[in-house]
Amino acid sequence: MSMLQIEKLNVWFGAGRDRVDAVKGAGFTVEQGASFGLVGESGSGKSTILRAITGLAPDWSGTITVDGKQISKARVKTFYKTVQMVFQDPYASLHPRHSVDQVLGETLHLHGFRDIDTRVVKLLDDVGLGQKFRFRYPHQLSGGQRQRVAIARALAPEPQLLLLDEPTSALDVSVQAEILNLLTDLRKDRGLTYLMVSHDLSVVGHMCERLAVMKDGEIVEIMDVAALRGMQATHPYSQHLLEASI
Amino acid sequence: MSDTTSWRGWLLSDTPTSRRHAKLSALYQGWLSFRSNTMAMFGLGILVTLILIALAAPLLAPHDPFVQNLGNRLAPLGTEGHVLGTDSLGRDILSRLIYGSRITLYIVALVALIAPIAGLLVGTVSGYAGGWIDVVLMRITDIFLAFPRLVLALAFVAALGAGIENAVLAISLTAWPPYARIARAETLTIRSSDYIAAIRLQGAGALRIITRHIWPLCISSLIVRVTLDMAGIILAAAGLGFLGLGAQPPSPEWGAMISEGRRFILDHWWVATMPGLAIFTVSLAFNLLGDGLRDVLDPKSSEK
Repeated sequence: MSMLQIEKLNVWFGAGRDRVDAVKGAGFTVEQGASFGLVGESGSGKSTILRAITGLAPDWSGTITVDGKQISKARVKTFYKTVQMVFQDPYASLHPRHSVDQVLGETLHLHGFRDIDTRVVKLLDDVGLGQKFRFRYPHQLSGGQRQRVAIARALAPEPQLLLLDEPTSALDVSVQAEILNLLTDLRKDRGLTYLMVSHDLSVVGHMCERLAVMKDGEIVEIMDVAALRGMQATHPYSQHLLEASI
Repeated sequence: MSDTTSWRGWLLSDTPTSRRHAKLSALYQGWLSFRSNTMAMFGLGILVTLILIALAAPLLAPHDPFVQNLGNRLAPLGTEGHVLGTDSLGRDILSRLIYGSRITLYIVALVALIAPIAGLLVGTVSGYAGGWIDVVLMRITDIFLAFPRLVLALAFVAALGAGIENAVLAISLTAWPPYARIARAETLTIRSSDYIAAIRLQGAGALRIITRHIWPLCISSLIVRVTLDMAGIILAAAGLGFLGLGAQPPSPEWGAMISEGRRFILDHWWVATMPGLAIFTVSLAFNLLGDGLRDVLDPKSSEK
């Protein structure tokens, strides 16, 4: 069964002469439990697809189906229990005046959980942060630790589909590997489905089974990671991208 | 000694063990960086002294501020029993200054409660909602901003009647638009940030986002602005008092005292100068405090 199905998705910003079409006619399917990558240069519309799915980009047309249910323009509260997102920049995605405990506690509260204390403790353990981080503020955490908090926040409502918007691009290389391994483990343990955006082909090759290559708002090719490793892209732009990444 | 060091260590720990501990240690670190600013501490010292003087006015004042003694009017500085002299009705200026600090603090506290809160409400709602709500609220703000402040306050007092409460109301009504502008500008940058997007993805409503996530970030810049504006508020209140539209005689409001003293300013300069010095000192103290608070509270500098 497919977890996420996108057909003929168009996303635009502005209106009239200022209108910018960020995504044009995109379509792909992500199976339950799979990990799907979106690659392309910056400005190609990869992150915009994620924002359209979550409702952060309000102007879109086409159909988005999550877990068998078609999404309307206004998101219902249960939608956020199924789909969660991890943002690109961990320095910008945590409220500077809220401690880790407040961030996770408020998220759990909003999703109607009662046993907030035990859940916060468990979430911190799950993402490999000890209890000593619980009452720290973001400025007392490193980039990797912040991203772990952001992942814990995304996991708090126990979602099935996790949208990852370049989760490691703002981190240095050794921390990147830790976060990617954490994401791999979490997916295995919890049976999560990932939709991952990246401009780094090696990250996508490591994390995903299938991927779509995007250029100027359009998906030019969808291929398996095996094809990526074998350098067997058919579209000239994907070939160019593969060669450039060696 | 070892007791105080362990207390400091507990407050400065980077691994707080409870919510309260985390809050206290954040507060303590703010206090430490504030304390290193000598000028701000000087301002704070003056203000704490002022508050203590206002609280202990009946104990400190050598005379009753309302008792007249026409036989001893316009006594110069250093007269026996009247260190700062007496005014045109023979009232002790020092006692009137001491009791006047109560009025000044009352005005400042009320304006500081009303104006920034009104501005914060208008500004954050306007910035977060956008669209026509933003247009309507900001045009109202523009209308208030288009009037000179004292003239608008004068018009309000003239319409409401003279008196200290109405003066406070008038000053607040003219003081809120700049706060609304600041709060709106801050909200516009905060609104598009990832942490607001993240909490929206948890299904949080507009009310929760504005009160729990946007307000805490706006408040610090508003506090700084309020302390810097305090001088202006004191001067506006004094100005209204001077024009006879604020506190009414015989109340020892500093601006009204200057107004009374102005008739004798050439021959008996101290009658107007002493309350002027008091206004100057308190305004300066608020400005120094505001500068120090900006260094501590500005989130952009404290993140580093």
